[in-house]
Amino acid sequence: MGTYIPHTDDELAGMLAFLGLSSMDELFAVVPEAVKLQHDLELADGVGEPDVLAQMESFGGRNRARNDRLVCFAGGGAYDHEIPSVTQALAGRSEFVTSYTPYQPEVAQGVLQAVFEFQTMVARIAGLPVSNASLYDGGSSAVEGVNLGVAATGRQTVWVSEGIHPHWRQMLATFAVGTGHRIVTVPLVDGVTAWPDGPDGGDESPGVVLVGYPNYLGCLEDLSTVRTLCDRTGALMVVGADPLAAGLLRSAGNWGADVMVGEGQVFGTSLGFGGPYLGLFACSSAHLRRLPGRLVGETVDVEDRVAYVTTLRAREQDIRREKATSNVCTNQTLMAVTAAVQLGWLGTSGLVEVATRCARATRYARDAVLAIDGVTPWADAPVLREFAVRLPRPADQVIERMADAGFLAGISLEGAVDGGGHGLLIAATERRTADQIDAYAAALAKAVA
Amino acid sequence: MPDETTMPTTTTGAPGGRAVSTPLLGGESEPTLFEFSHPGRRAWSFRTTGIPEVPVEDLVPAIHRRTAPVDIAEVSERDLVAHFTRLSHRQFSVDLGAYPLGSCTMKYNPKVCDTVAGLPGLAGVHPAAPASMTQGWLALLVELEETLCEVTGMAAATLQPAAGAAGELTGLLLMRAWHEAQGSVRHKVIIPDSAHGTNPASVTLGGYEVVTVPSDDRGCVDMDALRSVLDDDVAGIMLTNPNTLGLFEEDIAEIAAAVHEVGGLLYYDGANLNAILGVVRPGDMGFDIIHMNLHKTFATPHGGGGPGAGPVAVSERLVPFLPGPRPVRTGVDDVGAEFTWATPERSIGRVHTWHGNTLVLARALAYILVNGGDGLKRIAQVAVLNANWIRRRLHDAYDVPFDRPCMHEVVLSAKSLKAEYGVRALDIAKRLLEEGFHSPTVYFPLIVDEALMIEPTETESPQTLEALARALESIAAEAGELGAEAMAAHPLVTPVRRVDEARAARTLIPTFDART
Repeated sequence: MGTYIPHTDDELAGMLAFLGLSSMDELFAVVPEAVKLQHDLELADGVGEPDVLAQMESFGGRNRARNDRLVCFAGGGAYDHEIPSVTQALAGRSEFVTSYTPYQPEVAQGVLQAVFEFQTMVARIAGLPVSNASLYDGGSSAVEGVNLGVAATGRQTVWVSEGIHPHWRQMLATFAVGTGHRIVTVPLVDGVTAWPDGPDGGDESPGVVLVGYPNYLGCLEDLSTVRTLCDRTGALMVVGADPLAAGLLRSAGNWGADVMVGEGQVFGTSLGFGGPYLGLFACSSAHLRRLPGRLVGETVDVEDRVAYVTTLRAREQDIRREKATSNVCTNQTLMAVTAAVQLGWLGTSGLVEVATRCARATRYARDAVLAIDGVTPWADAPVLREFAVRLPRPADQVIERMADAGFLAGISLEGAVDGGGHGLLIAATERRTADQIDAYAAALAKAVA
Repeated sequence: MPDETTMPTTTTGAPGGRAVSTPLLGGESEPTLFEFSHPGRRAWSFRTTGIPEVPVEDLVPAIHRRTAPVDIAEVSERDLVAHFTRLSHRQFSVDLGAYPLGSCTMKYNPKVCDTVAGLPGLAGVHPAAPASMTQGWLALLVELEETLCEVTGMAAATLQPAAGAAGELTGLLLMRAWHEAQGSVRHKVIIPDSAHGTNPASVTLGGYEVVTVPSDDRGCVDMDALRSVLDDDVAGIMLTNPNTLGLFEEDIAEIAAAVHEVGGLLYYDGANLNAILGVVRPGDMGFDIIHMNLHKTFATPHGGGGPGAGPVAVSERLVPFLPGPRPVRTGVDDVGAEFTWATPERSIGRVHTWHGNTLVLARALAYILVNGGDGLKRIAQVAVLNANWIRRRLHDAYDVPFDRPCMHEVVLSAKSLKAEYGVRALDIAKRLLEEGFHSPTVYFPLIVDEALMIEPTETESPQTLEALARALESIAAEAGELGAEAMAAHPLVTPVRRVDEARAARTLIPTFDART
C-alpha cells in the first residue's frame, strides 16, 4: 500500500510505449526464464506507514532493557551519555543524512568540511597528527590498526592484551584467518596486562602490540611499560583508547603510541543496540600512506578559496584494487559528523567536564557498591568511568534480579576474562545521579544477598 | 531525437528532482569551527546529580593525568548551530534533488524510517543487555533475516557486516571456511574486470589471489576466458548481476554450473540488487553467498558516506559457518523468551563489535514492510524502466557502448565528445551540477572510456527524468559550441568551483593544525 514511486499508471504506460514495450515484464526479457522467479515473493503486501510504525513500536515495547525504563549502569564500550537536542537536530539535518560519499567536492563541502573538523578533533584527542574519516566501529578500527602495524613492521605476530574488549579480540581472531596474523593474548593480572619479560619478550617477536586505555575492566595501565616493550621489540604500539576519557587522561600519542584506535559512540551516538557506531583511527605521520579508509584534506578551488576534498586516494580500493591498504569504502560518515557536532557542543571545557563527572560518579558508585557485604573489587588499579567487582553469586542471575528493581546492572564478565562468571562490570556516566546510585547500591545489596 | 509523439506526457508538473532554486549565497568560505572559538565561551550543560565534587587530583593518579585540556573549540550553541547549518547548505543531497549516481542507488529515503531509528524502545537499548531483556530487538532482527532470505532465495543470513565491503570479506572468509571443511586448500578467486574495487581488495584480505576475467563485446563475462581459468585451485567467483554496466549476465546458469563443476563457490555482490527485487533471486541463479547493501536497495540513507549495512546470506550448506552469535528463534522458556543468541557450530567468528548496524537494520525492515512483497517488485520494475527510458532518450546525444536493454542503470560514454571537442566525462559531470542534478558516476566501470554511469532509481518522476535528459542533451550540444576550455571552467555557481586535488595530495593538510 505504501509507495515512494511517483509515477502514475498513465505515465508508466507512456514510458513503456516510448521503449516499444507493452508490459513491465518485457523489461526483464533478458533474464532467462530458467532462473526467473515463478511466483510472488512470500512476503506480506505493503501497508501504510502508521501500521509499520505501530509494528516497530511494538518491537521496541518488547525491549525491557531500554534506558528510558531501566537505569543504565552497563558500559563495556557502549555508554549512556547525554545527547543534547542540538546534536540530534544538527546531525539529523537531511543534507548530511541523505547525501552519498563526497565524490563531487563542489557540491559536498558540507560533509567534507565537517569530516575535516572531525579529523582535527580526533587527532587532538589522540595526540597524533593524522586521523581518517572513520571506520565501522571500535573493533574494526582495532583490526585495521593491527593490519597497518603488520604492514609497517613486516611481522605478523600480534600481542593483544586481555584487557582489549573481548569482542574486538574475537574480531581480530576472525580476520586473522584471512591475513595470516598470529594473535597472541597476553593475560591480565590484577586488572593490568602482565607483559612477558625478556629481551624480545619471549618466543616470537611481535610486530604489533595492542593495549586498552582504560582497558575493558576500566583500569588504567601504565603505558610507559608498553612503549618500552615496543622499543625493545620494534613492534608498533597501538592503543585502544576511550576518546571521552581524554578529557582527563594523557593521550595515546603522549604515551608514545604509533596508532590510536577507539570507539566514538560516546560522542553523540545513541546506544542503538550496538550500531551504527563510530570507529576512530589516528596515527603518526610515518604511517600516513598506510592509513585505511578515507581521508579529507584541505586545498583550494580555482578561485583560491579554501576547499576540502578526499585525498591520498591512491591508497583506496577503487583505485588500488587488490593492493589497497584496506577494503573499506562506505564508512560511518554520519556518525563522524555527529561526533564533530557533539564535540563542538562540549568544547574544550566540556570534554574535561564530562570526563570529570564520569569519574566522580564512578568513584561514588564504586564506594557504594564495595560497601555491600560480599562484593569485592576485581582489581585495585585506578579507574575512570567503569569498574569491575566480584559478586558472591553469578553475575547473570544478579543482572536479572536487578532488572526487576529497575536497573540494567552492568555486564557479566563471563567469557570476557578468565573465571569471569561472578564478575560484574559497572559503568557510571555523567547521566547518573546520586539518588540513582544510592538506589542501585541498595538494590544490589538485596540482589546478591 | 526521440519520437515526440511516443514520449510520456511531461508537461504537467514541474520536475521535483531539479534543484536549481537552491540559494547558494555568496562566494565566501565557511570558517572552521576552530576559528569561531573564543576563550570562555561554551554550549554544554549537564544534569544536576548531587554527586560530591571530588577534586580531579583525588580521582586520577598523576601519571595518568593530562597537563592541559584537549583544545577542541570554545563556541556558543548559537554559533555551533549556525556553523553546521551553513555547512549543510553547502551539501547536495537526495532530499534536495535527483542523485543519479550509478551503482549507488540514491533513491529517496522515507522519513518514516528516521522516526523508526529514533524510537526510544530501539535507540535506547544497550547492546550487552541479556537476550531476556531485548526480545523486541531479537524478534526484529530475525524477521529481517527471514525477509532478506525470501527476497534473495537463500537459507540464512548474518546481519553483522557494517557495509558492503565488510560483507564481502565476511563472504570470502565463509568461502575459505567451507573449503577448509572439505579438506581443500584453494588460492584463487575470480573477478570480472567490471567489478567494484572493493571486490579485489576484499579478496586480498581474505587471503586469496585475484584472477581477473575480461568482459566480452556484449559487456558480460567472457565464457571462454572464464573456462580457461577454472581449475581446482579456484575457491570461487565474485559476480555482480546485473553487472556494473547495468547489464544482466544472461549466461548466469552456465557460469554457475562451470564454477560449481570445479568445486568453486559463487559470490553475489548485491550492490545492484535493486534491479531484480521480486523478479529473479541470487539463490535461484545458483549463488552460494551474497551480500546486500541495505543503504542502497532498502533506502537506509547513506549519511554522506555511511553508515551502511551489508548483511550476508548463504545457501544451506554454508549456514554452519555463519558469524556468531546470531539471533535465532527458540521455544518459549520459563521467562517467556522466544529468541536467543546462538553461535553456529563451525562459525567463522564475530565480524562486528556488536550485532551489526542495528538501527540501519531497523530502518530497512520498516522500508520493506511499507512496500511489501508487491511493492518490492514494483521498485525493480520502475527502476529498470527509468534507466531504459534514459538510455533510449539519450542515445543520440551520447555514446551508449552497450546499447541494448539495461537493468537499473545505464553506462553512457563521452568518448565521441572527447574525440571531437576534447570535452571529457568529468566536464559533463561538473556542468550538470549547475543544472540542479548530482553528477552520474564517472570513469567507472573501468572498462568503458569516459564512462557516465546513470542510475535514476525508481523514485524519480518522469518529469525529473525529462529535465535530467534535457540538461544532459544541452550540455552535449554546448560541448560542441563552446569547446573544451570553456567547459572545463564549470561549475561556476557551486559553493566552491573545481578543486585542486593534486595540491591536496602534494601538500597534505589533513587537520586544521596542519595549516601553515
